[in-house]
Amino acid sequence: MSQMTMIQALRDAMDVMLARDPNVVVYGQDVGYFGGVFRCTEGLQKKYGNQRVFDAPISEGGIVGTAVGMGAYGLRPVVEIQFADYVYPAFDQIVSEAARLRYRSAGDFTAPLTMRMPCGGGIYGGQTHSQSPEAIFTQVCGLRTVMPSNPYDAKGLLIASIECDDPVIFLEPKRLYNGPFDGHHDKPVVPWSSHPLGEVPEGHYSMPLDKAAIVRAGATVTIIAYGTMVHVAQAAATESGVDAEIIDLRSLWPLDLDTLVASVKKTGRCVIVHEATRACGLGAELASLVQEHCFYQLEAPIERVTGWDTPYPHAQEWLYFPTPKRVIDALQRVLEA
Amino acid sequence: MPQRKPLHLHVPEPTGRPGRDTDFSYLPLSAAGAKRRPPVDVAAAQTNDLAFALIRVLDDAGQAVGPWAPQIAPDTLRRGLRTMMLTRAFDARMLIAQRQKKMSFYMQCLGEEAIACAHALAIGDGDMCFPTYRQQGLLLAREDNNMVDMICQLYSNARDPMKGRQLPVMYSSKKQGFFSISGNLATQVIQAVGWAMASAIKGDDKVASAWIGDGATAESDFHTGLTFAHVYRAPVILNVVNNQWAISTFQAIAGGEGTTFAARGAGCGIASLRVDGNDFLACFAATKWALERARSGFGPTLIEWVTYRAGAHSTSDDPSKYRPATDIQRFPLGDPIARLKQHLIALGIWSDAEHEATQKAVEAEVVAAQKEAEKFGTLIDAHTPSIESMFEDVYQQMPAHLQRQMAQVKQLEGQV
Repeated sequence: MSQMTMIQALRDAMDVMLARDPNVVVYGQDVGYFGGVFRCTEGLQKKYGNQRVFDAPISEGGIVGTAVGMGAYGLRPVVEIQFADYVYPAFDQIVSEAARLRYRSAGDFTAPLTMRMPCGGGIYGGQTHSQSPEAIFTQVCGLRTVMPSNPYDAKGLLIASIECDDPVIFLEPKRLYNGPFDGHHDKPVVPWSSHPLGEVPEGHYSMPLDKAAIVRAGATVTIIAYGTMVHVAQAAATESGVDAEIIDLRSLWPLDLDTLVASVKKTGRCVIVHEATRACGLGAELASLVQEHCFYQLEAPIERVTGWDTPYPHAQEWLYFPTPKRVIDALQRVLEA
Repeated sequence: MPQRKPLHLHVPEPTGRPGRDTDFSYLPLSAAGAKRRPPVDVAAAQTNDLAFALIRVLDDAGQAVGPWAPQIAPDTLRRGLRTMMLTRAFDARMLIAQRQKKMSFYMQCLGEEAIACAHALAIGDGDMCFPTYRQQGLLLAREDNNMVDMICQLYSNARDPMKGRQLPVMYSSKKQGFFSISGNLATQVIQAVGWAMASAIKGDDKVASAWIGDGATAESDFHTGLTFAHVYRAPVILNVVNNQWAISTFQAIAGGEGTTFAARGAGCGIASLRVDGNDFLACFAATKWALERARSGFGPTLIEWVTYRAGAHSTSDDPSKYRPATDIQRFPLGDPIARLKQHLIALGIWSDAEHEATQKAVEAEVVAAQKEAEKFGTLIDAHTPSIESMFEDVYQQMPAHLQRQMAQVKQLEGQV
């Protein structure tokens, strides 16, 4: 075991896979010589050479499109989009091509790509460095969408994503890169070294892409969250004293329905928390699934705590970002209902 | 202050419209044999003149002239002609089958047969083409062409290799070097560049061949493809088939006015050729040149193939609503089959009698394949592939939500 930040864990996952599978290639904007604007690929080009790890032109469509072609050849590309906010020029290649290739060719060609992209807010990133576009991907049939919330999961899930023969959107909450963040922006930053999930095994291990994790067992209400919101939800439970069961989805779609349903059937109450905007966000699908499968066990309306339906603001960061205060407010509403 | 005239938005128009002949003088032409053939390791910038010229081999008398005249064995020439005839016969027969409602949709490549057929004879096994929906010649020209499978795809029947999931003509055949066709235009160009990059990364000697029409060059993936091909010196041939039309829009609306599509390649630092797409010999020679260049590690080539879309855009299109019916008789580069036929007769390796016999033979071949394919159903039979095949292959393994949905359909259809 080693102490790792999420950045180091992600880099270690790519290091492991580059060493293990000669078909793995890593590229994207500033990914090669410089090692990435977030240092996630630092040292990889030096170790594996520029035929395996290299810089790309500023063209998201080109990065994903070439990866689809490389996948058709037989490589296993791991590409980076510098910020999830900049994935949109690649949308046609992701939705029309990567996600559909296996289906439309009846398995003749496949697209075993991993598309890494830093996402989420809480960093004064403003409109184009804070977005959480996961619902745009979870709606696309043929894609897998994954988001870790700690270094241990980050490495295991990234290795599993690279090994998976389906195209994977791998969203990395950049607010969690250096340490867990529970939404209390006024408190000092905590490093991963003081967190148990900052302990990461050496070498190869992987985690299933369709399994959620119960990060806090509880009896009175189920909180479904992912990414940074897992830590916000934990803070909310601790501070409110509510005996909440907190589920970290990890795989956003396809997801682990059984774990959600079992928990809500037990608690009878459900709060869904995500940073992304509310309307037609992933929370809507989660609420719909819980309603469909747990209707007779529900004792209160399902609550959603999300970003507002506005572009991500700069100055109003902490009014926008779902903080423990807002989660506690929702917990109280479902408990009083 | 000088008086300024109000600005006026320039909207390009074709010279010809229904009832008014096209003035083909907009097409820069060159005499057969007039253009030089540079060495395959030429610096991209040294091909800029060729991007504005027209490489032609066959002259008006059917003689092969100039430095691009390829050395082709008589058997290969005869096979090339037969392949073009087969492609045209296939299109004609499938057009009728669509009118008979045996399939929902079809797209011919009438008049463009030389480009794909010559290309197919020139490239090697293991190279990968990333075609559009109008390169059926790439499949039909192969010695192992499987017309029955192609027709089964068109019919979406029980033997359809695409299991009824794809619109007709969206073939896929990895083993024949033919990448899965997508309805989304231009996406395959950048994918071809990626495939070529993969070949280079693995130290392979395989080449990718990207295909796009004149209209789709306006899509961003075309620009992206040129940039990546140039940056990484990818072993790829970037084929732009300029058939003058994108459904109803003339190539000037795609950005062809006063320039060429080959010029885009030159501007991106890619060796670029502009070639007579109705001249089988020029098509073969230019493909061989670009292929050798790519395979030797000298980088990508862009080729603009100048041709004319003689048929309707698709079975859903009526070109008489936007262009003159006389265009195809007046197009200065003629018909690819007629021109190669003239050449082979001039060489003394073909005759009118042989041509007629071959025409009958290729038609019989198509009819036989069609009969075989119809044993597995046509669209009109409502002979759909299975419920399972609708849910399979979305992912490598069917996730739980798709299993639940499949069970739901099966129950509704009484197939529990």
